[in-house]
Amino acid sequence: MTTQHTTGPVIRTEGLTRHFTRHKQTVEAVRGLDLEVGRGELVAFLGPNGAGKSTTLRMLTTLLEPTSGTAEVAGYDVVRERRQVRRSIGYVGQGNGAGHAQRGRDELVSQGRAFGLSRSAAYARAEELLDAFDLTEHARRPVSTLSGGQRRRLDIAIGLVHTPQLLFLDEPSTGLDPQNRANLQEQVRRLHDEQGTTIVLTTHYLEEADAIADRVVVIDHGRVIADDTAAALKAGLGDLVTLGFENETHAITAAWQAEVLLGSRAEIERVGNVVRVRSARGAETAPGLVTELAWQGVPVTRLDVASATLDDVFLELTGRSLRESNEHTSDDTSDDSSEHISENSEGEAA
Amino acid sequence: MSATIQITETAQSSVRRPREVVAPRAPGLLADTWNVMVRELRPVFREPVSVLFAMVQPLVFLGLFAPLLPKVEDGSALQWFVPGIIAMTALMSASFTGANLTQEIVTGSHERLLVSPLSRSSLLVGRALKEIVPMLMQSAIIVAVVTPFGFDLHLGHVLLGVVVLAGFSIGVGALSFALALVSKDQEWLFWTVQQTLIFPLLLLAGVLLPLDGAPGWLRFAADLNPLKYVVEAERALFAGTVPVDTVAYGAVASAVVAAFGLAVGLRAMRASR
Repeated sequence: MTTQHTTGPVIRTEGLTRHFTRHKQTVEAVRGLDLEVGRGELVAFLGPNGAGKSTTLRMLTTLLEPTSGTAEVAGYDVVRERRQVRRSIGYVGQGNGAGHAQRGRDELVSQGRAFGLSRSAAYARAEELLDAFDLTEHARRPVSTLSGGQRRRLDIAIGLVHTPQLLFLDEPSTGLDPQNRANLQEQVRRLHDEQGTTIVLTTHYLEEADAIADRVVVIDHGRVIADDTAAALKAGLGDLVTLGFENETHAITAAWQAEVLLGSRAEIERVGNVVRVRSARGAETAPGLVTELAWQGVPVTRLDVASATLDDVFLELTGRSLRESNEHTSDDTSDDSSEHISENSEGEAA
Repeated sequence: MSATIQITETAQSSVRRPREVVAPRAPGLLADTWNVMVRELRPVFREPVSVLFAMVQPLVFLGLFAPLLPKVEDGSALQWFVPGIIAMTALMSASFTGANLTQEIVTGSHERLLVSPLSRSSLLVGRALKEIVPMLMQSAIIVAVVTPFGFDLHLGHVLLGVVVLAGFSIGVGALSFALALVSKDQEWLFWTVQQTLIFPLLLLAGVLLPLDGAPGWLRFAADLNPLKYVVEAERALFAGTVPVDTVAYGAVASAVVAAFGLAVGLRAMRASR
């Protein structure tokens, strides 16, 4: 009775690469990705639009063939053993998995039948999922008449029909309002906690990666630029302590005092009568710092302690803000590399 | 003590591990095809009125064009016109069908099916085979509508007629799906090609007017049109006759369309990602 949930990674990639050709130009959407995801992990691929997250996901789910490199999913090769990969995974894409002309229950049953469930088992499973996702009363309605949140719940339910051990979610919360987004995150979390399902999701929402993922893989320009827990990524950057003073003279003195007290462990910056101190464990050192400065005759008039956000991490890693990157890439159509090109250039690639 | 720990660990791991995939066996190609066809048919049965959509134009021709036809000595003009209209409906309906796939490509359900274990072939063949069902429903509606207006119904012959037509529906349906797969999310491309092809095919099959007085070049073009042979077979059958050569030509033309359509469709679906 050895523990089975620790037998090897569920996903393993080596030098996974994907190029697209568009307008005679080669775009390297994913460049030599080496990645391992263990059983039971909840991983978020975080990055701006066009970073290569979705292209990576599409290769792992057999929708795209890698240009070079290899990937194994659930122990099967994504090129040579596509059918086994497809039988082993659940996939919820960016669009609606449920056909708009179909009805919710019918789509759940169809999916069950596709995975080899008997008719009665497929209907029973459909009821179970409709109930779990609070969709029973909408089961007879055409999918096109469901609300965005209901559709998304249905899509996820469809992805879970065969109780996969590994679930891929491509931008699951895009287009949802904050309420539905929170519900969705809770459902994903619960699925992971209660069933131990390994979950890999892509997102360009920092808050989402932060809120649900145990592990954040930051991807930019087709490369992994950071891979750790959200907490560790942020801890590496430290907290930002902002101190306000009565006047500039006080601020200058305080900045100098802080330099003496914290030395090289902190980055100190003064603008007008405000001093910013970024340091590891800044939240813990702040009270002492405030007391010490009061003793030195430069009382703090305003205090703000902010832990690093994943946006700060992204800024530190790339020199760009993730928010700006998202806005930039969505405006600039010539640079929206992977996601859209993948649709257009497939003919050439195939 | 160590035994207790052992038990706890085992219990935890069994709780944390998801249930195994419930399906012990992988469905084969036939089961896949059947599943795809059943899925495609559900909206048809849930909303049977939807089969009327593809019938609007044929019904307009039936109502506003048929009365203009000259009287012929051997039987009513309706008897000659109805088989053509049934073939026209089959062509319309099966050629529209790719639009449903276009919608599935745009909204994302096609992608979901591509990642499911359903084989690529079944995704096309199941869809194409389903075309038989709306064709039967539409043919029944047309026959039911015209019979009170002096159309002479030979039921057995009509049934043989729809059997001949089935291959044509499957083939055109498969071609329509192939067109949808090539057009991807560019819906205009699908409709432009579909609309451009449909009327030459109808006119060159003699659906609206006989080809008897046509100039040589037009007859030559019509001879290359498989729909012409299908329509001729349907006309013979709907008149209550079974001329073996005409019916055989129609059946062969229908089978050729089916084979060609499925070949093109399968190619397109296998390339689909």
